[in-house]
Amino acid sequence: MLIHGVIASSRLAISGAFESIATSTPTSGSSITFSTIPSTYKHLQIRVNSRFSGTDDRIDLRFNSDTGSNYAYHWLTGDGSAASASGAATQTSALGVAYATGTANIAAAAIIDIHDYASTSKAKTIRSANAWDTNGSGRMRLSSGLWTSTSAVSSITLTLNSGTFATGTTIALYGIKGA
Amino acid sequence: MASTYEPIATTTLGSAASSITFSSIPATYTDLRVVLVGTTTATANCWLTFNSDGATNYSDTLIYGTGASAGSNGHSSATKIVLNGSGNTNTSTPTFYSADIFSYAGSTYKTCLTIGNGDLNGSGDVNCAVGLWRSTSAITSVILTAGSSTWKTGTTATLYGIKSA
Repeated sequence: MLIHGVIASSRLAISGAFESIATSTPTSGSSITFSTIPSTYKHLQIRVNSRFSGTDDRIDLRFNSDTGSNYAYHWLTGDGSAASASGAATQTSALGVAYATGTANIAAAAIIDIHDYASTSKAKTIRSANAWDTNGSGRMRLSSGLWTSTSAVSSITLTLNSGTFATGTTIALYGIKGA
Repeated sequence: MASTYEPIATTTLGSAASSITFSSIPATYTDLRVVLVGTTTATANCWLTFNSDGATNYSDTLIYGTGASAGSNGHSSATKIVLNGSGNTNTSTPTFYSADIFSYAGSTYKTCLTIGNGDLNGSGDVNCAVGLWRSTSAITSVILTAGSSTWKTGTTATLYGIKSA
């Protein structure tokens, strides 16, 4: 089952297959947590429209409050003039939203898919399309992340690297059911 | 928990048209998603605009692959968001475009994530882009335009609403 953050939802327009679990609209603070996530779905999706008080920030993801070096990620990115790729191993968080922006009225956007999140026998793979544009500069990034734990994901924390959330931010968690 | 992913409207063209418009979009959802699969009478760009705004209030940044190379480009102070990256629509092979439009009813500028795909049996285009509409107005209409061409009969587009708790 293909669950790309941007394209998969077209296969999910079946009543009850795509459900809202929780939504956060922070106007301050540097992190939000979705806790007590039920294990009744097949996959999770986080849809982010976020604004910041600072500039050039990023949002990191952690699962189950795990701050160990159990994460990795890599990405393909475009800055409007060239494409590039990079990655990082043995990290203390997974990259959720890169190169967000604090420019007035501008929001960074992301669709983050967490696959087979309730499995107790597999590591967790994360896919993210995340980007911002400010009319003259921007970043479009496709990211893949890994959490090496075999624990079911029961909570997700999104933390700003610096700065605080600003008015206009909506971070919504959805559950995607399997057959 | 209630279902949160709902079709708002679908248009399947019975005759060629230069654009497809979804209008009178209710403000009751959190995000919108529009999906189009279609062909055009001549190869063309594919554009996305909102609320019939034809002014230079749009911009985008994208990455693309052609089957031979990858790259990135963008547009600033544009009159539309370009959905087709480095490629074009095709006269016989359908191409696919989607756009996720975030907080479309909010009072800040509107950010969207788009994907375009087309394969021509050995060449083609895949791209992913971020688009910006510098308006604080709620989006009430979405317009998909086939550049200087027209969408052919059978082209289909669907608008979905995604509602958070």
